[in-house]
Amino acid sequence: MPEITNKLLEVKGLTMDFGGLRAVDTVSLDVCTGEIVALIGPNGAGKTTFFNCVTGIYKPTRGDVLVHPPAKKSQRINGFKSNRVTTIGMARTFQNIRLFQNMTVLENVMIGRHCRTTTSILGAILRGAKTMRQEQETVNRSYDLLEKVDLFKYADEFAKNLPYGAQRRLEIARAMATDPFLLLLDEPAAGMNPQETRALDELIVRVRDTEKIAILLIEHDMKLVMNISDRIYVMEYGKEIAQGGPMDIRNNPKVIEAYLGEEADA
Amino acid sequence: MSDYMKRSFLVALWFVFLTFPLMVVKVNTLKNTVEWRWMNMLWVAIGAFVLSLLWRWALERRQLKNKEAESGEDESTRLGFGQRLLVEPKLYKPVLAVLFVATIAFPLLFDIYQTNIMVLALVFVVLGLGLNVTVGLAGLLDLGYVAFFAVGAYTYGILNSFWGIGFWTSLPIGGLMGALFGIALGFPILRLRGDYLAIVTLGFGSIAKIVIENWEEVTNGAKGIAGIPRPGFFGADMSITSATTYTYYLMILMVIFTIFITNRLKDSRIGRAWMALREDEIACVAMGVDMAKTKLGAYAFGAFWAGLVGVIFAARNTYINPNSFTFMESALVLSIVVMGGMGSIVGVIIAALVLILMPEYLRAFSEYRMLMFGAIMVLMMIFRPEGLIANVRRKYRGHKVMTEDVNA
Ligand SMILES: Nc1ncnc2c1ncn2[C@@H]1O[C@H](COP(=O)(O)OP(=O)(O)O)[C@@H](O)[C@H]1O
Ligand SMILES: [Mg+2]
Repeated sequence: MPEITNKLLEVKGLTMDFGGLRAVDTVSLDVCTGEIVALIGPNGAGKTTFFNCVTGIYKPTRGDVLVHPPAKKSQRINGFKSNRVTTIGMARTFQNIRLFQNMTVLENVMIGRHCRTTTSILGAILRGAKTMRQEQETVNRSYDLLEKVDLFKYADEFAKNLPYGAQRRLEIARAMATDPFLLLLDEPAAGMNPQETRALDELIVRVRDTEKIAILLIEHDMKLVMNISDRIYVMEYGKEIAQGGPMDIRNNPKVIEAYLGEEADA
Repeated sequence: MSDYMKRSFLVALWFVFLTFPLMVVKVNTLKNTVEWRWMNMLWVAIGAFVLSLLWRWALERRQLKNKEAESGEDESTRLGFGQRLLVEPKLYKPVLAVLFVATIAFPLLFDIYQTNIMVLALVFVVLGLGLNVTVGLAGLLDLGYVAFFAVGAYTYGILNSFWGIGFWTSLPIGGLMGALFGIALGFPILRLRGDYLAIVTLGFGSIAKIVIENWEEVTNGAKGIAGIPRPGFFGADMSITSATTYTYYLMILMVIFTIFITNRLKDSRIGRAWMALREDEIACVAMGVDMAKTKLGAYAFGAFWAGLVGVIFAARNTYINPNSFTFMESALVLSIVVMGGMGSIVGVIIAALVLILMPEYLRAFSEYRMLMFGAIMVLMMIFRPEGLIANVRRKYRGHKVMTEDVNA
């Protein structure tokens, strides 16, 4: 168990209504430095909606989303646009892959560097020394990241031509390029074969250990979740029904009834 | 194949039936007789049959090509001839040399009338390249692009007629005014997409024309502004011929300048953000790109070129009125972008030259201009949605590649 020092993300009583539908109902969740936290629950439980509220794609109806970036002042980020959330240091991937299909794999990752570089239109025209330095740094960093997710050989391919599993890894590399302190992964193993899932499992742990990035992930693959998570939150019908370590969750009767009983054992 | 024949035969029959009253029967109201022109029916039948066969053959070819592409063939290694022409120095160097000589020699070989038409074509090349940034690169449809062109032209016209400000001072001001209007019009449509964007920008284009027509005190209304000076050359007195030649070379420089700048932008942090915005707006913003800033940048940058070249257009014509800035011009520039291949610079240049020069030289065509554009658009969308010359993505080189080359 890595030492738990301080909170990075602190969500309190988050609620999200779509018209009459309460997709997320007073959910609270924390992620601390060096943690891998999983958010699980049956389909339609509101997990993706929770992510969307935290990352600024939706503005939550009620509740607080507080971030405590390392070595920077804390902020309440409800209603921030998602580019601001990413700039603060929380980057995400999408359940239904959202790559830039007609750009190369490398360019996809380079987009992640956008918020850490400063070239303006005028700068791009003049191509001064600083612009060129940033550009080369962006390219180098992006190649490094591609190597880390084992996509180096695909660098010049169009993203749309990648196999499914590789697309998921590319999304992770792209999110990592934004220099996040917290990575939010929405079903990263969906559609992967068992071998790919194992590699992903290792990748996620490696990201946490060597890059010092905390991880919050939504996942249906119970083996993966139980393997790598420090703590697990369980949602059902928008409500949080349990939280705890993998052992607690595995033995929690409510969770077994709601989720594990019908899906994971099958 | 026999299936083809049968279907084409049916199509031919159908066309004969449809056009029967029009093409075959002719009632002579004076003599109260009916003329039966059976030969026409034969021509319609043969024409429809052949066209239908061609159509099916082309569609089949397209599908075959798609299947090949899907069956795992590495697309990037099989570039089309047009693309190879762009990336292989052995191919493009001689072509470039010939083109260079031809461009320089053009006004010496042809008369002032031809040169003047060529200047117009080059104006549309720059317009195409500018709109290509907004539509092709950033994916923001703009059906009112001509408004910025008008802004540039009227900037020069007004500055000159009121304060006697010259061409060279007006040129950058025109460009900046274009960009400013790009931002101003960009603001309200930041959140619009697809059809809505099309309708609103279409409206902007029309509004620009209506404002120009009615703001008589400033724009002189429908009468337009006359007596706009041609581009000056250190105050030298030039005959019309030499002034036209001079404008021609100016436009050539302008095109080169545009290509140079847009190319630099395409392979930059900003250009990549524009493309990402086109590909997936939600993902792009979630990766930290500021949507408003990036979109406004694209509108402003695209509009800048229209404003700039609007000044040159006013100087070339020495006379401007609202009729030069109709939806027709917007549609024309958009056709250039679509036909040329979204994002492809060479494609846009070729398309601009073809679409502007063809109606000028083939007078017979000019009446059917709009019809032809429509047909070209539909055909392009079916057979070559990527445009005449598809965009080639740049490969970046980083330190890792070098180490790998050593290991390999
Ligand atoms: N934009 C939206 N508008 C209306 N309803 C939505 C929207 N997004 C999600 N929902 C609803 O919220 C519920 C939770 O969905 P989601 O968060 O995707 O679940 P999960 O990711 O846990 O499978 C579902 O009933 C879904 O239909
Ligand atoms: Mg989901």
